[in-house]
Amino acid sequence: MTAAAVELVDVTRIYHRPRTSVRTAAAPVVALDRVSLTIAAGSRFGIVGESGSGKTTLLRLLAGLDQPTSGNVRVAGHDLAGRSARRLRELRQDLQMVFQDPYGSLDPRMRVRNLITEPIWDAPSTERAARLRELLDAVGLGPESGDRYPHQFSGGQRQRICIARALAPRPKLLLADEPVSALDVSVRAQVLNLLADVVQANGLTLVLVSHDLSVVRRVCDTVAVLHHGELVELGPVEQIYDAPQHPYTRRLVAAVPTLAGALAGIDAQQLAATAASAGADPTDDPAERRDWEG
Amino acid sequence: MSASAALTRRTRSRRGWDPAALVGAVLVSIVVVAALVSFVWTPYDPTLVGAGPRLAGPDTSHLLGTDRLGRDVFSQLLVGARTTVFVGVVAVGIAAAVGVPLGMVAGMGPRWLGQSVLRFNDVLLAFPALLLAVMFGAVYGASTLTAMIAIGIATVPSFARLTWSGTRQVLTTDYAMAARLAGRGPLSIALRHVLPNVSGLLLVQASVGFAIAVLAEAGLSYLGFGTAPPTPSWGRMLQEAAEVASVAPLLSVWPAAAIAVAVLGFNLLGDGLRDRFDPRLERRS
Amino acid sequence: MTAAASTPAAPVVSAALRIRGLRVTAGPLELISGVDLDLAPGERVGLIGESGSGKTLTALALLGLLPEGVHSQGEVRLHGGANLIDLPERAWAQVRGPGLAMVFQEPMSALNPTMRVGRQVEEALLLHDSGTRRVGDGGRAAAQSRTLELLSDVRLPDPAEIARAYPHQLSGGQRQRVMLAIALANDPQVLLCDEPTTGLDVTVQAQLLDLIVSGAAQRGSSLLFITHDLAVLATVCSRVLVMYGGRVVETGPVSAVLRTPHHRYTAGLLDSSDLDRFRDRARLPTIPGSVPAAGEFPDGCVFRTRCAAATEACHTEPPWTGTQQHGYACWHPLDPAGSGDEGSTP
Repeated sequence: MTAAAVELVDVTRIYHRPRTSVRTAAAPVVALDRVSLTIAAGSRFGIVGESGSGKTTLLRLLAGLDQPTSGNVRVAGHDLAGRSARRLRELRQDLQMVFQDPYGSLDPRMRVRNLITEPIWDAPSTERAARLRELLDAVGLGPESGDRYPHQFSGGQRQRICIARALAPRPKLLLADEPVSALDVSVRAQVLNLLADVVQANGLTLVLVSHDLSVVRRVCDTVAVLHHGELVELGPVEQIYDAPQHPYTRRLVAAVPTLAGALAGIDAQQLAATAASAGADPTDDPAERRDWEG
Repeated sequence: MSASAALTRRTRSRRGWDPAALVGAVLVSIVVVAALVSFVWTPYDPTLVGAGPRLAGPDTSHLLGTDRLGRDVFSQLLVGARTTVFVGVVAVGIAAAVGVPLGMVAGMGPRWLGQSVLRFNDVLLAFPALLLAVMFGAVYGASTLTAMIAIGIATVPSFARLTWSGTRQVLTTDYAMAARLAGRGPLSIALRHVLPNVSGLLLVQASVGFAIAVLAEAGLSYLGFGTAPPTPSWGRMLQEAAEVASVAPLLSVWPAAAIAVAVLGFNLLGDGLRDRFDPRLERRS
Repeated sequence: MTAAASTPAAPVVSAALRIRGLRVTAGPLELISGVDLDLAPGERVGLIGESGSGKTLTALALLGLLPEGVHSQGEVRLHGGANLIDLPERAWAQVRGPGLAMVFQEPMSALNPTMRVGRQVEEALLLHDSGTRRVGDGGRAAAQSRTLELLSDVRLPDPAEIARAYPHQLSGGQRQRVMLAIALANDPQVLLCDEPTTGLDVTVQAQLLDLIVSGAAQRGSSLLFITHDLAVLATVCSRVLVMYGGRVVETGPVSAVLRTPHHRYTAGLLDSSDLDRFRDRARLPTIPGSVPAAGEFPDGCVFRTRCAAATEACHTEPPWTGTQQHGYACWHPLDPAGSGDEGSTP
């Protein structure tokens, strides 16, 4: 019925680390291991995983910022592999991204006006100016914001600027990488509301990556759970939360402290015990070495 | 710790110009003004032998005294400032004009290209700048210009290396990634994102390079491979003064002080400029 | 200055940590004003706040680790001892460790990257002779075996191997366990934790929270737990201090404050942070605006620029209502009648 916005077929991404020993090469890191999934157009798709789960790699592949070692990534029916840089740039007009760190994702030397209109840099200047006013208004920033520099804004305001920039070329697919994890609690809700609004208003397909289950539950309708590069569970968001099937998902859901739970008397000891008993997974040694970054 | 980060930002921005940078600016302007003034006025012709008695101490007719040929030291210092500014501009200009694009290409291009540029860089870096200048002087004849071209070429690697590492760093940032997603090509990413963000580093490097060039010119002139007589140069004044140091010790103090003022001035100013042109340190409104 | 006007029923016995009128300034800026706190032995108190609230500065002030140009005033005493605010740097060495210990947010920068982690635990022990005193006979060997004990106490598998590792070879969770082992090495009277689980995976967080609470409980240490996460705070602590703009705006038992908040800020924070409370797709309630930069909070009530209920009255500083153990500073509190009732279960 609905067309697929994104299709991943058997996608594997292996990183080769630089060798640290003369005799033996470093073991390759399998960041994604034969992941296949389809994201329907117009859906709000969440990807949940802990550090080293491969969720950031997946997002980079979708954005065409990285290439899979094997398998195919199709965005809007176009295979991203083997595209020329120029063709890839055209495809990216339909796809924009909001980054995790609102401090690092805005060039400190550029004015907000130029930052927001960067994705439509090839448009005539009158059109850019008109779009800038529209976008500033849409994300709740005053028209005078355009003349300022990013450092003059708070974290939440910067994330609004990032959202405005992502919307500038009227994309069809919006990728969001941990968009609220660096924000203050009192500001987080504002940005989540804004994100929901712009997705709704522009009929976007949203792919949101987060380690925070409550954020995904709030914003998304479908969720994929990644663990050590493998897709361990996929389904409607309520189903995954209410009846997780995979032991890892069970453990993940159980380990999140909630206010309601805590007020009902769940203390730290119980939380840890519940999480541990929820899903024992022999492949996941909690004390393993830090091999899974990125 | 964001509280204290905000604090540092505020206290720094309130301060405006750093006092050290102000001192640097004053020192540099003294040198520049001296160079400019020398075009229209000097007390005596700096090359005029016998403008006064030989090795005279400072007095009203000769502010800083005279050298062993009776030339006016103050006039020589003024004209020497010209040489110094010329030297700095040419050497840093060459180094930056070649080194910065080279470093950016190495940082943004394919891996093999970056690696070969860096290796070539290392070879050049290992070659002593003064030796290069002496060789140039021997082949093309000793002159201020050849010395400076040689010094300029010898400082290309430090600019290239710095630009390369700055470029690599900028390319890993989210804003560089956002620019790629915005459909920007490599050239506009280089000009709009990389260059402005490495400019602070480069400014410091330029001021250090300026200071190094001034010192190198003085050294080369001292050795006889720099500015050819009779054009006054602080380095050669120092060399000539050294020969009569036991009789007229003050004579070597003037050019030495002038060199120190110029070198210190450029270093302080470079640091100050870097802070000044960083919009992150501006006041949050 | 006077957050707690009167402290009638407060037990004056011997608080593990007693803070009175703590004030932190940087030049003309007042970053923290009038923080009062009595921490009973073994009690677990949470300090909640966002960026710029002054929660981290409070911890640094307690430890005498304020950055250059930032000064503290007031009274901070451990078990009725000397005022730590006036303590000369030499004397601090005896306080940090056995008196106050801290687990920082970023274990990577708090550990020395060029030293094996075992050595770093040993060093903490040897600085205060805790390793030798405990085991009986002196020397490094005793400290070494005590190190392995401490590392296995924080449930690091194969402590001997971990002790030989360098910080970068460990995962974030492992590094934080090592930090906890170091902090607990000298059986501190008060354990300070500043966002100890921020950035860690939730499964690792659950384990670490358990270790922090049990480690403090075994030693009878009081816990001052700083966080921005209400759910984490409620899981770990029994009492809460809500900080905003360098002031304590509300305090009381966790169950009372987080169920029926009186201060408008506490209520807003609860509404906007509890994403699960509103299950339908309705918009999340929000607090308008953003947290001002440090030192740019308004005078009077620090929250008035973001508060929907703010009036003229809020231009003057609101008085403290209730007791030092359970009260708030707000001109227009929610539910003022219920004040003091639900929390009075000692």
